[in-house]
Amino acid sequence: MLDWKMDFTWEILPRLLLAAGNTMLAAGGGYAVAVVLGLVFALAQRTRSRTLTFIVRELVEFIRSTPLLLQIFFIFYVGPQFGLRLSPWAAGLIAIGLHYAAYLSEVYRGGIENVPKGQWEAARAINLSTVTTYRRIIIPQALPPALAGMGNYLVGIFKDTPMLSVIGVAELMHTANSIGAENFRYLEPYTIVGLIFLAISLPTAWLIRRFETALRRKMGLTR
Amino acid sequence: MPYLDFLMTYSSRFIDGTLITLGQFGLAALVAIVAALISGLMKMAHSKTMRAIAIIYIEIFRGTSLLVQLYWFYFVLPLFGFTLEKFTVGFLTVGLCYGAYGAELVRGAIQSVPRGQWEAALALNMSPAKRMQRIILPQALVAILPPWGNLMIEILKGTALVALISVADLMFETRQVNNNTYLSAQAFGTALIIYYIFARFMVTPIMRWLERVMARKIGRT
Repeated sequence: MLDWKMDFTWEILPRLLLAAGNTMLAAGGGYAVAVVLGLVFALAQRTRSRTLTFIVRELVEFIRSTPLLLQIFFIFYVGPQFGLRLSPWAAGLIAIGLHYAAYLSEVYRGGIENVPKGQWEAARAINLSTVTTYRRIIIPQALPPALAGMGNYLVGIFKDTPMLSVIGVAELMHTANSIGAENFRYLEPYTIVGLIFLAISLPTAWLIRRFETALRRKMGLTR
Repeated sequence: MPYLDFLMTYSSRFIDGTLITLGQFGLAALVAIVAALISGLMKMAHSKTMRAIAIIYIEIFRGTSLLVQLYWFYFVLPLFGFTLEKFTVGFLTVGLCYGAYGAELVRGAIQSVPRGQWEAALALNMSPAKRMQRIILPQALVAILPPWGNLMIEILKGTALVALISVADLMFETRQVNNNTYLSAQAFGTALIIYYIFARFMVTPIMRWLERVMARKIGRT
């Protein structure tokens, strides 16, 4: 039956908290990759080249409909077969970044398409280049409504980092597995990991919701 | 080894794994539908306890990650005296996890049914249960199907994690093939294609078809 050992809890807590730092580092790093790569995916689908649009569209669909776990394995193990050896951290960040870039590109696309056509026409009328139009006119208007969606995927990335444990990234789940295997006790490590996840993701999600309502109010939308 | 030879040699493993993945997916989707419907309705109930139970379920499953939940149900739950088979733990956890996401969809869909429909049902003296069953849920179903299609893809992808509690699904078999052959590109590439075909050419078309059928049934074409 259930016997929660308090002294064991105190013994493993520092190790788990340290690993939580790694988890956040992985989430932050993966997110940074996703934010940039997602923009590339989104913009590549708006060029005049039909072929490029089609290829990127299909790539995004492909990434979105296959499991992240499988993509992590693919990126980590396929490289060495062709002489390219990636560290677990590098492979993990690329896999998570690529996966969420596909999701974020949809968020960006929605944001960009929401900008009224007149803005494009006005920018053309005053002879702005495409790059300047994006940089000064379109992206500043597309970003605020996209921010809420971006925030949700930040929480999503954070919750998907335990998958990196399978290729040996020493984040929370990996550490909990090692503690469990060393001590033959799984109750405390796995439960604490769950609690740490709750303690981080619930307040973050709450903050994002508050931010979203504040933003909507500021932009003069309802509520 | 040429790719065709590779496929011929290991096709039975991929097929076995795919069947288990399909089973996991079907059962997990079923659990998710039931859990989402119950907790979504409970979250809208008058009783405070009902609402509290629904919120606790939803927040716990949405606030932690699926992999943590799987390990917890597989390694820790037996300490409480519940020992389940790993296959059961697999689809049950995946279903409960995505059911929590689905609960919000259920709530949103029910709230999207126009106020007048509730009032008209009240005016016709329908009981609350009958009103739900005959008036509100059919209309909510049409509204929920498009976002639910996305959730189905997430459920399919989520089932890949059951391999980590050694349910012999597609992901698990693929890793075995990879460990035996070291042909990682072939092994993981094949699995990626199989998952993609399922998501893109089975799950999505079926959901689209359901959307059309349901829209026609309630007279919106």
